[in-house]
Amino acid sequence: MLRIPCPWCGLRDESEFRYRGDATSPRPPADAGLDAFNAYVYQRDNLRGWHTEWWLHVAGCRKLLKIVRHTLTHEIRSVEAATAASSTEPVR
Amino acid sequence: MAAPGRIASGALTDPARPLEFRFDGRALQGLAGDTVASALLANGVRQVARSFKYHRPRGIVTAGPEEPCALVDVIGIGGREPNQLATTLPLQAGLVTESQNRWPTLRFDLGAINDRLGRFLPAGFYYKTFMAPGWAWERLYEPLIRRAAGLGRLQGIPGAHADPAETVHDHTDVLVVGAGACGLAAAHQLGASGLRVILAEQDVLPGGGTLLDRRWSPWRERLTAALTQMPSVRTLMRTAVLGAYGQGVFGALERLSPDETVRFGGLRERLRVIRAQRVLLATGALERLIAFPGNDVPGVMLAGAALAYLRRYGVTVGRRPALFVNNDEAYETAFALAAAGIDCAGIIDSRRESHAGRRARGLGIAVHDAALVGGVDGRHEVRTVSITELDGRRRFVLEADALLISGGHSPLSALATQLGAPLEWREPLAAFTPALAATTGRVAGAAAGVFGLAAAAHHGIAAARAILADLGRAAAVADGAGMFEMPADADANSTPISPLWEVRARGKAFVDLQNDVTADDVRLACREGYEHIEHMKRFTTFGMATDQGRIGGLVGSAVLAEARGVALADVGALRARPFTQPVPFAALAGAEVREHYRPQRRLPLHDWHESAGAIFVPTGLWLRPLVYSAESGWPAVLAEARGVRKRVGVTDVSTLGKIEVQGPGAARFLDFVYANTFSTLTVGRARYGIMLREDGMLLDDGTTSRLGPEHFLITTTTANSAAVLEHLEFHLQTACAELNVVLTDVGDQWAQFAVAGPRSREVVAPLVPGLDLANDAFPFMSAAEASIAGRPGRLFRISFSGELAYEIAVPAAEALLVWSALLESGTRFDMRPYGLDALNTLRIEKGHVTTAELNGNTTADDLGLQRLLKKQGDFIGRVLAKRPGLLAPDRLQLVGVRPTDRTQRLRNGSQIVATDARDTSLGYVTSATPAVEFEGWVGLALLSGGRERIGQRLIGRSPVHDEAIELQILSPHMLDPENNRVRS
Repeated sequence: MLRIPCPWCGLRDESEFRYRGDATSPRPPADAGLDAFNAYVYQRDNLRGWHTEWWLHVAGCRKLLKIVRHTLTHEIRSVEAATAASSTEPVR
Repeated sequence: MAAPGRIASGALTDPARPLEFRFDGRALQGLAGDTVASALLANGVRQVARSFKYHRPRGIVTAGPEEPCALVDVIGIGGREPNQLATTLPLQAGLVTESQNRWPTLRFDLGAINDRLGRFLPAGFYYKTFMAPGWAWERLYEPLIRRAAGLGRLQGIPGAHADPAETVHDHTDVLVVGAGACGLAAAHQLGASGLRVILAEQDVLPGGGTLLDRRWSPWRERLTAALTQMPSVRTLMRTAVLGAYGQGVFGALERLSPDETVRFGGLRERLRVIRAQRVLLATGALERLIAFPGNDVPGVMLAGAALAYLRRYGVTVGRRPALFVNNDEAYETAFALAAAGIDCAGIIDSRRESHAGRRARGLGIAVHDAALVGGVDGRHEVRTVSITELDGRRRFVLEADALLISGGHSPLSALATQLGAPLEWREPLAAFTPALAATTGRVAGAAAGVFGLAAAAHHGIAAARAILADLGRAAAVADGAGMFEMPADADANSTPISPLWEVRARGKAFVDLQNDVTADDVRLACREGYEHIEHMKRFTTFGMATDQGRIGGLVGSAVLAEARGVALADVGALRARPFTQPVPFAALAGAEVREHYRPQRRLPLHDWHESAGAIFVPTGLWLRPLVYSAESGWPAVLAEARGVRKRVGVTDVSTLGKIEVQGPGAARFLDFVYANTFSTLTVGRARYGIMLREDGMLLDDGTTSRLGPEHFLITTTTANSAAVLEHLEFHLQTACAELNVVLTDVGDQWAQFAVAGPRSREVVAPLVPGLDLANDAFPFMSAAEASIAGRPGRLFRISFSGELAYEIAVPAAEALLVWSALLESGTRFDMRPYGLDALNTLRIEKGHVTTAELNGNTTADDLGLQRLLKKQGDFIGRVLAKRPGLLAPDRLQLVGVRPTDRTQRLRNGSQIVATDARDTSLGYVTSATPAVEFEGWVGLALLSGGRERIGQRLIGRSPVHDEAIELQILSPHMLDPENNRVRS
């Protein structure tokens, strides 16, 4: 089981979070066309190694976290808020 | 009663507390502190089981949880519990046990014919033999095989509940697994240095190997006493760590002692979820067997187990045992037995000579160096042992009543490998040891290949200090008070182990006793191409039994290595998976059983509904009133629905999801997440909206009201409320991160009631004196904040039933007051509450969709909602909803259906087929109800090219009911398609 260090809530169990997938492919611009959206929704690398991904703390602060996790060892290298310019400061 | 096997006092048994118990109907006596296995051995019982496949007689092989053979059924008041390990099951007064997998009796078992047929039943036999005909596997072969093979039978007494268990969550700095010399010393060092420590030990007493050596008693007692004085150290006895789940999370099963079970009201097991910064694995090593013909005859036991039975329970396994060994450590058993007055028939040692052998000869024990055991005579117990000398080829026979074997010791590495530790082959030990990453923890003592109690204790202290350094903590000087004065380990000049895996001779030589896998089976697997150890495992079932083949695991690898002609190190060891020991399902379930299986959500008015005679139905986690009637069936439902159509009714819709969307960017945000437009909605108005997933499928629908310029209120379907909130948060924090919007889930804060029917205006108006409800002043799709029955609330003019209707939202705490005021106001019109079934009848007639149609596979176009998709601006799902496949004319589209013959019942889930092609499904009925507005039944269906088929007649087939009826295909808008009623 993963334990995720939420910047707002502290070290929490994986069961409090919802996995939201790859965080490296942003939503294409509105006029990007069918192929771009098709790739955005369906095409993902199945990485062996470091993976940047979204985790939403649904049973906690509801903040979306961008996490760098190793898919083999589950080691978590970094955790940050989805938006660097977040309006809410983390409460320590 | 005489207990012939009890020859000494044991460290665990209390001679003053005899306990009566039964095995296969025989009344026997043991002592408090015994396991069932030690009590059986004390009574001279040798054969305790029949084997899984060949039904061979089996005895007790080990003295711990690694036992492959001695599984018994326990018959209690709650039923029959199978597969209990006799070697760990504590003896209790009145315990009733039975052997397994035999018929009619343990001694005479008809299934034993399989043993004679063994040459026709090799590994893979099932796969090759029970091939054809195809139907026979399910109906004939599998039931027969399951009856013949297998272990115990689970049998509950109807109505009885499983004994309770509980789940406990623990947090600690360091988890120390195993409280032998290594674990005790390590825990002491860590605790003395101020760390929080959990010391988990599966045994009933701490000490591990020190329990078998009296010289270590003072050290053990002083150390355990010191640990109890340390507030930061918790010692958990009878607690087996079951698995390592990464990031410091471990699962452990604590089995309460019989006394504790009484004290805790019948509680038997505690599942512990332990979270630790570091782990120190001091799990020790397991003795392994040697494969030779007859190595499964009752009376063949691991040498270390025989020592454990003597030291722990004062029980000897035989009066004249022989030993078959390849290492010096195993001789301790012979020395201990000799000291207890038991003469060994002889020690057969595969090595040319050994230090321990010389010592044994000095004690007058016959030692046969450079010799092997080629077979065991005796079926139900050991009678003679055949010996072959390696050089002289001399063969002779020893008379013995037990054979104690030791093929060396394998460090226990299951938890380390689960944590990703690779295994390293250690030639001097003839074993693998794990190499655990320092960021995870340390492996110490025998688990790391450091044998000898003192050496292991010192290794444990060193590992503890390494962990302290990793965590940036100073190590206390813990051995200042002479606490660690340890007895010296046995001779440093002991002769090293010489690997010995198998003695090749005629007969079945088992590598896995529980699954009846022989060395020949392993070779067969190799010949058939299953050369990888994990392939061999699956072909032979080697290591797949509940004991995971622990005492034979490396032997199987060695046999495979020889068959392949490669080094054992290249074959590797079986991967041990969680759980390390069998776990009762009841322990995994813990307290989450019956009504605690999952949380139950009750409406604010639950008690009112109950007193009004509601039948409740679980919808998701919610309990909702289905109908207010004691009688089941449709008449009560239809009376409620008819009341709405004719007069007025009221229903509790508090389960709807409610999310407030506030902030300067709220309108723009809703425009992005909804397929239709909300920025044009004026304050005080509501609008029906649909949300798509990015792949273009419908996610949810509901009404959204604008309560202020920067304040919207979303309602979601009951089922999707959590998913919608998650969906909104994700997009708000990614694609819409620049928008200043806050989402608040207010689902539990507001109770909501729908008042529906032509008289609803007259019912609601008196409660909102400050609000003009005239059609012009408060038209369809109006929304307002209002004082309702004197309470702050919100009023919406929205309708799910197709009638003139209002929805009233009030703070949950005010629900009863406002509901009562509504009911009172409605008495003039005979207003009644209506339940979920009537609500469903009303919405089906109107053609409104719910989760039956919003099933994740439907698009806006499928449900006839395509006009809602805005033409301007971006929104989630916009691009992919236009994929040609999602606009194909033959997609399943929403239609209304009615049986042509009005007396026929429409079945939910019926397949719709053409009259001439009865087996090709064109779609299916998603919702069906008897109607109040129309004659007979009506329903909604998803039908291929449905809109084009309106007016056709097709067949609705329900094969499970053996029914086929003709259906009229209609527009889903069956009732009031011009929406005159909702606007009236």
